[in-house]
Amino acid sequence: MGNLVEIRDLKVEATTDSGRRVEIINGVSFDIAEGEIVALIGESGSGKTTIALTLMGYARPGCRISGGSVSVAGKDMMTLSEKQRARVRGTEVTYVPQSAAAAFNPAATIMDQVIEVTRIHGLMAADEARSRAVDLFRALSLPEPETIGSRYPHQVSGGQLQRLSAAMALIGDPNLVIFDEPTTALDVTTQIEVLRAFKSVMKKGGIAGVYVSHDLAVVAQIADRIIVLKGGEVQEVGTTEEILSNAKHPYTRELLSAFEPKPREAADTAETAPAPLLKIENLVAGYGPSQTDGLPLVRAVEDVSLNVEKGRNLGIIGESGCGKSTLARAIAGILPAAVGKIVFDGRELGRSARERTRDQLREMQIVFQYADTALNPAKSVEDILARPLTFYHGMNAKARNARIDELLDMVRLPRNLRHRRPGELSGGQKQRVNFARALAADPKLILCDEITSALDTVVAAAVIELLKELQRELGLSYIFISHDLSVVEAICDEIVVMYGGKKVEDITRAKVKTPHHPYSKLLFSSVPKLDPTWLDGLEQDPELVRAYCRR
Amino acid sequence: MNNRVLSLVLSRLLIALITLVIVSFAVFFATTLLPGDTASILLGQAATPEAVEGLRKAMHLDEPAIFRFLRWIVGLMQGDLGTSYANEMPVADLIGGRFVNTLQLAGVTALFSVPIALTLGITSAMLRGSLYDRIVTVLTIGVISVPEFMIATSAVLIFAVYLKWLPALSFANEVTSLADLLRIYAMPVITLTFVISAQMIRMTRAAVIETLNTPYVEMALLKGASRPRMVFRHALPNALGPIVNAVALSLSYLLGGVIIVETIFNYPGIAKLMVDAVSTRDLPLIQSCAMIFCLGYLLLITTADIIAILSNPRLR
Repeated sequence: MGNLVEIRDLKVEATTDSGRRVEIINGVSFDIAEGEIVALIGESGSGKTTIALTLMGYARPGCRISGGSVSVAGKDMMTLSEKQRARVRGTEVTYVPQSAAAAFNPAATIMDQVIEVTRIHGLMAADEARSRAVDLFRALSLPEPETIGSRYPHQVSGGQLQRLSAAMALIGDPNLVIFDEPTTALDVTTQIEVLRAFKSVMKKGGIAGVYVSHDLAVVAQIADRIIVLKGGEVQEVGTTEEILSNAKHPYTRELLSAFEPKPREAADTAETAPAPLLKIENLVAGYGPSQTDGLPLVRAVEDVSLNVEKGRNLGIIGESGCGKSTLARAIAGILPAAVGKIVFDGRELGRSARERTRDQLREMQIVFQYADTALNPAKSVEDILARPLTFYHGMNAKARNARIDELLDMVRLPRNLRHRRPGELSGGQKQRVNFARALAADPKLILCDEITSALDTVVAAAVIELLKELQRELGLSYIFISHDLSVVEAICDEIVVMYGGKKVEDITRAKVKTPHHPYSKLLFSSVPKLDPTWLDGLEQDPELVRAYCRR
Repeated sequence: MNNRVLSLVLSRLLIALITLVIVSFAVFFATTLLPGDTASILLGQAATPEAVEGLRKAMHLDEPAIFRFLRWIVGLMQGDLGTSYANEMPVADLIGGRFVNTLQLAGVTALFSVPIALTLGITSAMLRGSLYDRIVTVLTIGVISVPEFMIATSAVLIFAVYLKWLPALSFANEVTSLADLLRIYAMPVITLTFVISAQMIRMTRAAVIETLNTPYVEMALLKGASRPRMVFRHALPNALGPIVNAVALSLSYLLGGVIIVETIFNYPGIAKLMVDAVSTRDLPLIQSCAMIFCLGYLLLITTADIIAILSNPRLR
C-alpha cells in the first residue's frame, strides 16, 4: 500500500425523478500520494464533486455508490459501517465546501463550529482546541484571529468565511482535505488571498488534497496533478505542467482554448463618426427611502456617466457589490434612477420603465444572469418567445411561429426544442433561450448582466462567440456586465471599471494591459493566468490591497 | 445590536396593540349587526312600546353606535366588562370561573400535546422515508381529516358507555383527588390533543426537514457528527421560528375553538359561555368573550414572534 488514496473502478448511481437509475460515475480509478494535491476538473455535471465526496464514504441524497473501492489510508470506505465512516470524517478526511456562507450554521458562533470536530471526536480539550483554532486563523491570515471566532457567520465577509471553513477542515489534523470549488464564489481580488492561504497551510503541513474546480487557471496555481473529467469518466491525467503545455485529449484542449477567447475583430467603424446610442449622465441610483435631498438612503451607483456607440460594446467590470447590476437596472428603468439623464438614440428616456413608450422599451432589452429564475418554468420555450412577439410586434400565430423558428436558429438551438420547458434544457441552452427572448423584441441595445457567470467555461465561450456573430449580423450593441475580465475583454470595445458605486476608469481595449487607476491595476493583475508559477510570482502592492480589498 | 432587537420586539407589541384595537372595533360593530332588538327580546312579546323605549334609553341603545363603542372601550380599559343583559350579573363574574376552567383544560392539553407533537415531528423528520415516518404521516393526516365531534363522541362511546372507565361528562368543579382530576380531564384532553397535535407534527416535520436539507447540516455530517447531533445542534435551532409559530397557532385554538369539545363533554368553559350568550343575544358577554379570545391569540402569536426573533442571531 503505497498511496494515501486508491480509487478503483468507482461507480455511482443516481435515481432520477422518474425513478430511473442512471450511472453518473462510470468506473473511475486514480491514486493520490501522501502530501500531493490533485485537482479534479470538468464542467458541471461531470461528477467531480460526487467523486470527491466518495472519499468520505458519502453520496448525496438520491445517489448511491454502486461499485468499486475507495481506500483512504488503507481503509476501504465502502466496507466501513456508517459509525466507522463518521469517525474518519473530520479527522482523517475533511471537506471545504463550495459556499462557506451556506455551510456555516447561521445560529452558532464561528468558533463553536470550527472546534466542533474536536468535540465530536473527543480529540482535545475545548481550551486547547480554541487556541489551536486561533493559530489556524493566524496561519490563514484572517484579521483579528483572537476574536473573530466569537462572531456569527453573517458578521464576516465571504472570503473570510471561506478561510474559516478551511480552518474548520484543518483543526482535526487530516491527512486529506477536499476542496470543493472553494474560490468560485469569491471576487478575483479576494480569491488570491484565499488561494495563497490554502497553499501555504497545505504545504507546511504536508497535507494531501483534492481540489475540485472548473477553473483551470486557479487549479494550475495549487495542484500537483490534474485529472480531467467529463460525463463521469476520466479523460486525461497528468502533472499540471503536462496538462497545461501538452494536453492530449480533445476535451482538455477545448477547456484550454476556452480560456483564451479570441478577441473581437475590431469593429472599426471609427471613421464613420460614431453616433452615440446611449448616453448616461451623472446617474445616481440606490435603495431605501429617499432622503431630504431626494437621494436614496443607500446609494449603489453614484454619479456615473458613460457612452455607448452604435454597433460597439461597452463592458462594465467590478467586484460583487460595486453597483454594476444596479446600474443596469437603472438604465433599463427597473429601478428608477434618483438623479441623472438617460439619453437613448437621441431622445431622453423616463427614469422609470413605466414612463417609457412601448417602442423605447422594445429597443433596449435586458438579459439576466440566472436563466433559471428569469424563465418561467411552467411555460414552454415557444410560449416564452411568443410573448414579446405579441407584446411588441402584435404578431399573429402564423408570423409568430415563423419568427420563433428564426430566433431559435439565431441562437443555434434546434427547432424541436420549442416544445420543451426550461427545466428540460441544459444551463447553456437556457441562457440561449433567455437571450433569444431579448432578441425577439428586435432591440438596438442589449444589457447583459453576468450572463456567462453561471455557465461552464466551454459553454460560456460558445455563448460569447454567439453574441459576437449576432452582433455582426444584426448590428446590435451590448452593455456587458461581468466580474470576469477575460469575458469582457473578449467582446467589448470599451471597458468601464467600477468600484464602490463609482466609475473609476474608462479603458479602451487597446490599453487593457496598462490601466492607470490603482484599483484597475489591482483588479487586472488578480486575474489568474494559466501559469503554475503565476501566484508565487505575483506581487501586489500591500497598500493597494489594503485600500481596495474588503478581505 | 440589542437596540435593534428591542425595537423589533416593541414594533411587534405595537402591531399586536393596533390589531387589538381593530378587532375590538370589528367585534363591537359585528355584534350590533346581530338581528333583532335587544330591548324587545329582553322584555318579551308582551312588552308595551313605551317599556321597550324606556329600556332602550336605560341601556343607551338609542345613542349612536360610535358613542356606545367609546363607552364600551373606555369601560374595558378600566376593567369594567359591563353587565350581562340576560341576568344582570357583571360580565366579569360570569366569565371569571369559566375562564379559569378553559385555561386549565388548555394548560393540561398543552402539557401533553406539545411534547408529544414535537417528538413525533422531529423523529419522523429524522427518519424521513422510513416505515415509522410513513405511519406517523398517515396517522396525522387521518386525524386531521376526522372531525373532532367524531373523535369526541367515539371516545365517549368507547370509554364511557362500553368500558365505563371514565365519566361521560366533565364537571370541573368536583375535583377532590388526583385520580378524579385525571378521570375528568382524560377524554377532553385526548380529543383536543388529537385535534391540535396533527398540525404541530406536520409543521415541525416540514421545518426540520427543510433545515436538514441545508448545506450546513451536510457539512456537520462531513465533520463526522452523529445524526442526533446534526438534528439537535444544527437543524433544530434554525427551525425554531416556524415551529414555535405552529405551536402558538395550534394552542390558540384551545381558547376559542373548543366549543364542540366543551359541549360534548359538558365542560363549563368560556367557548360554551359565548355560544350561550349568542343565543340570548347578550351583547356585553359576547363582546367580552371575543376580546378575550383575540387577546389570547395575539398573546400567543406575539410570544412566538418574539421567540423567533430572539432565536435568530442575525437579529440578536
